[in-house]
Amino acid sequence: MDSSANEPKELIIVQNISFSYGYTDVLTDVTFSINSGDFLAVIGPNGSGKTTLIKIILGLLKPNQGGIRIMGKPLDEFTDWSSLGYVPQKATHIDPFFPVSVKEVVHMGLLSSRKFPRFSKKEEELSAHRALTHVGMERFKNWRIGNLSGGQQQRVFIARAIVNQPDILFLDEPTTGVDAETQEHFYDMLDKLNKKEGITIVLITHDYGVVNKHVTQVACLNQRLVYHGSHEEFCRSEAFKEILAEGHHMISHRH
Amino acid sequence: MKMEAFLSYGFLQRALLAGVFVAIACALLGVFLILKRDAMIGHGLAHVTFAGVALGLLLNIMPLAMALAIAVLTALGIMKLKETAGLYGDTAIAIFSSVGFALGILLVTLAHSFNVDLFGYLFGEILAINTSEVWLSVVLALIVVLIVILNYHKFMYVTFDREAAKASGIKVGHLDVALTVLTAVTIVLGMKVVGILLVSALVVIPAAAGLQLAANFKQAIVLSSIVAVISVVLGLFLAFYFDFPASGSIVILSFLFFGFSFLFKRLRR
Repeated sequence: MDSSANEPKELIIVQNISFSYGYTDVLTDVTFSINSGDFLAVIGPNGSGKTTLIKIILGLLKPNQGGIRIMGKPLDEFTDWSSLGYVPQKATHIDPFFPVSVKEVVHMGLLSSRKFPRFSKKEEELSAHRALTHVGMERFKNWRIGNLSGGQQQRVFIARAIVNQPDILFLDEPTTGVDAETQEHFYDMLDKLNKKEGITIVLITHDYGVVNKHVTQVACLNQRLVYHGSHEEFCRSEAFKEILAEGHHMISHRH
Repeated sequence: MKMEAFLSYGFLQRALLAGVFVAIACALLGVFLILKRDAMIGHGLAHVTFAGVALGLLLNIMPLAMALAIAVLTALGIMKLKETAGLYGDTAIAIFSSVGFALGILLVTLAHSFNVDLFGYLFGEILAINTSEVWLSVVLALIVVLIVILNYHKFMYVTFDREAAKASGIKVGHLDVALTVLTAVTIVLGMKVVGILLVSALVVIPAAAGLQLAANFKQAIVLSSIVAVISVVLGLFLAFYFDFPASGSIVILSFLFFGFSFLFKRLRR
């Protein structure tokens, strides 16, 4: 969390990324950048390459073409993984019987920053406590993760992702399977992390209708980057009209 | 009094020493394997181990060492095959285990070793374990336990949420190889305690019992180890005083513990 982040700087640069699974093109020549302080929504229909793009940025998938720079460094030279937080999509589909407590889940997040000699135990406890307090889950710390509701689990996964006080937080469809009211609280919490803590947020969603009042930037994907810019301009753009014309699918996919 | 007599025999001391260490190693790995939905790998590797033992008997090389080499290589082979050949879950295990066992039968026939020795490997012969095997077992089991405990948080993270672990910069591939090699070594050690045909029980059942009751991961690890150790110690006790087969007793006892924890969990609700 950089307090001197008043002037936007480019945290992540995505350059001419193309990716295909076998013969199916998923992403074609995608170029854009993410500035510090952004609250970016990555939107697009199912299969438009949203998750693939995030996985490429995080080094989980190798692009066929193009490159990523994170904080000025090419991806393969980047080592400061604790400055990135990631809440993967399947987090809502975790094994409900896995015997792991909320506290243990949050401690997992500390592993990326653990070096020899490692953080003192006290410091780790404090970081975990702080992260859980942030998401309002401190009193559940000894609960088994499977005994929590979907929304509560997501809060815990966010706590795990922010326990290292990252500069940037990636969330892939974080509110899938979460009721509308909880969703509102959830996005308010992300707002707070973005505005008060200065954490840059990259949010994959197909519910633009729900998140649009929170985000500052939009990247609209449909294999290619259809639009990238501010939320206000997006609403006036051709891309937005097209999406509206295409119907409800893109804006709100939930039934 | 009885306990003193129990412990005064050299062969029992050796059996207890090796049994306890190997039991802990088995239980620890069992927890990870079950949670990875890979519980049958132990069963598969045990069958392949048979080929290693047979090769050792044929070439007159310490069968335990031969079994270790074959098990580690096969485990890595299964891992690679799963990754690259796109075989469904346990297909690779099914293929390797049956081919391994078939190879074992061929080699054993060639070595003219269908005898007591072989039966010891198949059904366990912990009470007949010799001193060099005890030390090999204790040292290897200790190494397995230490590696698991030192990397326990990482193993837990990768098992629980592979994608997130990868994204946080953890070398997931290295951990996979480590867990595979540790599993192979542990299976071979377990074979010495309960035999090829029952070793997967020693890996799976105590861990399954621990997982029934655990509220968190640390508890799962500790409870599983306790169940494994008590099963081995009590099993040897029964074998000594009632002339029961040690391997069968150990496995039945651990199953009873599993049954108790299963019932306890349901009644507690």
